[in-house]
Amino acid sequence: MRVVLAEDLFLLRDGLIRMLEAFGFEIAAAVDNGPDLTRALAEEQPDVAVVDVRLPPSLTDEGLQCALAARRARPGLPVLVLSQHVEQLYARELLADGTGGVGYLLKDRVFDAEQFIDAVRRVAAGGTAMDPQVISQLLSRRSQDRPLARLTPRETEVLELMAEGRSNTAIAAKLVVTERAVAKHTSNIFGKLALPPSDDDNRRVLAVLAYLDRG
Amino acid sequence: MRVRRTLVAGARGLGLAAVSLAGSTLLFSLTLISLVLLLLGVGWLTTPLVVQLTRRFADQRRVWAQDWAGIRVPSGYRPPPARQPGLPGVVQRCQHVLTDPTTWREMMWLPVDMTAGFFTALLPALLIAFGVEGFVAPAVLWNGVRPDSFTYGFLSASDATQVALMPVLGAAALAAAFFSPKLPALHFRLAAVFLTPPKAELAARVERLTETRHDAVDASAAELRRIERDLHDGAQARLVAMGMDLGTIEALIERDPAQAKELVARARTSSAQALTELRDLVRGIHPPVLAERGLDDAVRALALRMPLPVEVTGRLPGRLEAPVESAAYFSVSELLTNTAKHADAERAWVDLEYADGRLRVTVGDDGRGGVVLPPEGGAGAGGPGRTATELPAQGGTHSGLRGLERRLGTFDGILAVSSPAGGPTLVTLEIPCALCSPKTSSS
Repeated sequence: MRVVLAEDLFLLRDGLIRMLEAFGFEIAAAVDNGPDLTRALAEEQPDVAVVDVRLPPSLTDEGLQCALAARRARPGLPVLVLSQHVEQLYARELLADGTGGVGYLLKDRVFDAEQFIDAVRRVAAGGTAMDPQVISQLLSRRSQDRPLARLTPRETEVLELMAEGRSNTAIAAKLVVTERAVAKHTSNIFGKLALPPSDDDNRRVLAVLAYLDRG
Repeated sequence: MRVRRTLVAGARGLGLAAVSLAGSTLLFSLTLISLVLLLLGVGWLTTPLVVQLTRRFADQRRVWAQDWAGIRVPSGYRPPPARQPGLPGVVQRCQHVLTDPTTWREMMWLPVDMTAGFFTALLPALLIAFGVEGFVAPAVLWNGVRPDSFTYGFLSASDATQVALMPVLGAAALAAAFFSPKLPALHFRLAAVFLTPPKAELAARVERLTETRHDAVDASAAELRRIERDLHDGAQARLVAMGMDLGTIEALIERDPAQAKELVARARTSSAQALTELRDLVRGIHPPVLAERGLDDAVRALALRMPLPVEVTGRLPGRLEAPVESAAYFSVSELLTNTAKHADAERAWVDLEYADGRLRVTVGDDGRGGVVLPPEGGAGAGGPGRTATELPAQGGTHSGLRGLERRLGTFDGILAVSSPAGGPTLVTLEIPCALCSPKTSSS
């Protein structure tokens, strides 16, 4: 799987290259600024892009803007955005076009290599990977909403994991329950939130976020 | 339009002349009497009252000067001393008004106002009346009434040629009233000459700058202390602990892999916590979205994090100066935090607007209101120690409105609060500032 990597700090870029290569990814290009990233994304046609939000030369949200522009040019281009901080605002912008293959994670998620690689793979496969922090912000903000208040604690837990972009299998593994139990929870949640059920991981997240956004 | 303006000026002039003559004469006499009565003792009581009346009288003229002629006449009163009861209070009040230079300026102005002021106020009306007379008089004269003694200006009614010239002179007078727009302002210019304190504005400005600079230095020193403390107690300590753990791991890794693994896990948790702390600290110093996107998106991001629904409206045409952005952001943050904590509100909203070199931010909620600005120097204000507790990152748990006002004061900004008991609350802040870059395309 070919990756384009954009990170301006040498140490982090180096670490990411090593980690991705260790898990069998091929680094098509590793760049340290916005214009180079735009060029690399156009020329290399990678399977997934891992992009830092803040990139030179502007050192503002150049990475995010490049990624959004690249996704407009090539809809569905899988992009995993890494950031020192997570903002719902940015998460919404990434999810706005409604197509899959997006992720938005805190940089410290790379501490857990396997989870991080799992997120990269999920995004590359057209799924989503949202940072738990974004999700918990969303859920706590909307917790006064009545439909959410009707969820049991277990269901809330499942909803959070679901909103991060995890599959039923992954949720089952994480919560140490059977997949059937998770499936039952999810259908309960969809019922309580009045969301049309769907098998597609990505659509699940979009549906959840769309619901949370509606308040 | 011009006719209307001229007539209005004439009418106002008439009124003004009456007020000038009657008011100034009365007040001037009263002041003189009161000053003489000082010798008898009664004056100590009456003088402050008379001076107070004179001030109101002069203030009214200042208002009219502003409203009718657009002339600003600054007052420059000295702030009165704290009220003391009894005889010392009476003496102190009297001393205060007697030592205030404004009192004497107004005292000098009164006789001017009742003479020259009276005439200049009357001038527009006089010119109009004189002009009209120039047309009416010949008509009356030609109708047979010919009092030979009548004169109009320098024109005598005894000579037909001179009578014929009367309308010309009348027209000239009307034209003067008509085409000299500054004529009605003459009265106020005269008042301004006498009432404006010498270099008052400059002095006040210097005072204000000294005060706000002091506040700014205080606040930034407190902020640096807070950052130092947070780093020292938080991230720095955690990194030290991590280093120690790593050292232990190095020693244990072969001898006791199980315990080493446990320590590795602990070190990882520590590093994650250190990161979280640093992230919070950074947010408290300069929120990343603010750095990346500017004020409007930063406020939008802030609104999303609030526990109650906050609607953000308005777009700024570009990025503002960084210190202004920061001050405005933390002000909004504090106001919204207050709303969330104390207002008992269902929803809140923020409106951003930039026009004529001023940033205006309005924060409103539908809560129970009753927010008041604590008096200056009261519980809400305070020394440097107080500032240290009003941290931007934590929002103002105290009545931070004065602190907010001081923060905005550094930029010559102002804060207005409208919050009747029962709500809704509306806080508006305004900061004069420049745009430093127009908006670049952002999606």
